[in-house]
Amino acid sequence: MASAIIVDGLEKSYGTKKAVNCISFTVNQGEIFSLLGPNGAGKTTTVEILEGLRERDAGRIEVLGMDPWRQGYELHKRIGVIPQGFSFFDKQKPVEAIQYYAELFGLKVNAQEILEKVILEEAADTVFEDLSGGQRQKLGLALALVNDPEVLFLDEPTTGLDPQARRNLWNVIQGLKEGGRTVLLTTHYLEEAELLADRVAIMNHGEIITSGTPEEIVRKYGSGKKIVIKGGEGLYSAIIKSGISGAFRNDDGEVSVPVRDKRDIISLVTSIESAGVTWGDIRTEEDSLEDVFVKLVGGTMDEGELKSESVSEGKSP
Amino acid sequence: MFFALAFPVIFILLFGAIFSGAGSGSVAVYVQNLDANSSVSAAFIQSLNSTGVLNVKVVDISGNLSNYLLAHSLSNGIVIPQGFASDYEKGKSVNVTVYSDPADSTSGIVLGAVSGVINGFNLKRVEASPVVGLDSATVNAHSTKYIDFLVPGLIGFSILTSPMFSMVNVTAEYKKFKRFKQLSLTPLTKGEWLVSKVIWYTILSFAAFVLMVFFGTAVFGANLKLSLIIIPFLIAGPTLFISLGMLVGIVTKSIESAGVIGNIITFPMMFLSGTFFPISTMPHFLQLVARFLPLYYVIAGLNDVMVFSNISTAYYNLAVTVAIAAVIFVLAARLFKWKEK
Repeated sequence: MASAIIVDGLEKSYGTKKAVNCISFTVNQGEIFSLLGPNGAGKTTTVEILEGLRERDAGRIEVLGMDPWRQGYELHKRIGVIPQGFSFFDKQKPVEAIQYYAELFGLKVNAQEILEKVILEEAADTVFEDLSGGQRQKLGLALALVNDPEVLFLDEPTTGLDPQARRNLWNVIQGLKEGGRTVLLTTHYLEEAELLADRVAIMNHGEIITSGTPEEIVRKYGSGKKIVIKGGEGLYSAIIKSGISGAFRNDDGEVSVPVRDKRDIISLVTSIESAGVTWGDIRTEEDSLEDVFVKLVGGTMDEGELKSESVSEGKSP
Repeated sequence: MFFALAFPVIFILLFGAIFSGAGSGSVAVYVQNLDANSSVSAAFIQSLNSTGVLNVKVVDISGNLSNYLLAHSLSNGIVIPQGFASDYEKGKSVNVTVYSDPADSTSGIVLGAVSGVINGFNLKRVEASPVVGLDSATVNAHSTKYIDFLVPGLIGFSILTSPMFSMVNVTAEYKKFKRFKQLSLTPLTKGEWLVSKVIWYTILSFAAFVLMVFFGTAVFGANLKLSLIIIPFLIAGPTLFISLGMLVGIVTKSIESAGVIGNIITFPMMFLSGTFFPISTMPHFLQLVARFLPLYYVIAGLNDVMVFSNISTAYYNLAVTVAIAAVIFVLAARLFKWKEK
């Protein structure tokens, strides 16, 4: 599959601070590629360099076969962008905004059609300052679509939105993918990346820690399937005594035990039964992308903020 | 739009109405004649009236004239003392007292006129004839009126305020809300954006020029000369203040501080550059200050053309305006970040 975006050894510093440190990745045509990472990881700097808004220090980048910094004028005709923290003129209505934007591109467009595409037709005549957060982001997406772009850069498009608005926007983004567009999505929300992205790259401290499909990353860095058992006193000791390794008791008194297959499950249950310990709920669990992210980055994502702990410097867990 | 068109129109109607009679009016002066029954004091009052610059109003002789003037918020008064006629006829020294308010611009007119009348009386007393006379002439082929200065001043006002206030705000706001970044993601270039601003404010300055000339001539009878050299002023002027406004918006850290700095620059320039009154009526040191203000050269140039028909001086003021505009434009364009390095 042809690459829409090629990044090879990209570097960017602000003074002495290295914002992006020799990262490489490619984005194939027609896929949604997500850059994940905490604040300050270097996602927005990377995206702005790809959009031609910032000059790189080193490395080779191509977007649709063009150098974004040198050929920005030509490139901007073929890409669409929702910048981080998108805003527009307070008194303009979505219809007017689309027409204004289209004029900047020298195009004539059907504003209503674009609004339908992003499910914003009901707010076509509402001025920007009266739009909800979700509607504003949809307008951002509508403007990004004015020039019928081949590649879309969506920089944290759902940050600050309520869950319903976020889901609405996800539907729109999925629709764009089905229309064959390439999307580079940066996000704080692991659930969003897991749901939308074909492939993700996790960034931290300006470096890509890992990349691949969400399933590949979970398989590679996750701890596999586990059985979680809720039980009474002695459950944990009984499991340990039976010789099963890797058991872990959490704060709720549940014990989780890594398992490889059905035989491990049968063996586990038999051991507990033979020890005569009472036990109740039992369920199977698998690491999510968020679990892996926490392992790799050392923090948790929370509504646009990373609750950071000590951060792993290595490229493998 | 308001600052470019509506505000100057309001000003021309307001100032035009207030000062439309200023050239022909006389100064009211209140005379208390304590030597009421003498023909000499009557002749003195008659002489004051005949100067043409004083409008004598005789007040009651009871009470203190100073208190009377204060009580009625009046500035100018004259007291003719008791025994004025007999002292005059005997050749004995006698003084009339002139009350005036130094803060009132008419005080000089009153003192001058009264001195002239007193000199005439002194000459008559010694039966001497004046040797040195005075012929009055104007430096213009026609006499200039306040409205003649006001029209170019208000055109300058429009050239200053609309681009300046607007660009300070636009630049600071676009910077804060990342609108430059958004625009830079379209095929629009930084140069095109700048040129579009210059074109728009040039159009507004032409519109303001037409409105001011119309109201000045049609409503208040201003006597203005027009020349093609006005056109470069209407282009260079807005370019200068667009650039200055942008510069303020670029270097300040917030929309609020941009507004404050913009006002600090704009308001003194508005009042000290000859917008509402000719520079020559200001104290000397303020006239020196005015020469450091860019708007001074725009208004001085427009006055050169529209009031004095002095094209050679207008070229000098145009050259200074263009030079300042070029320097500030280049500076603003260099500091103005369309993309980040």
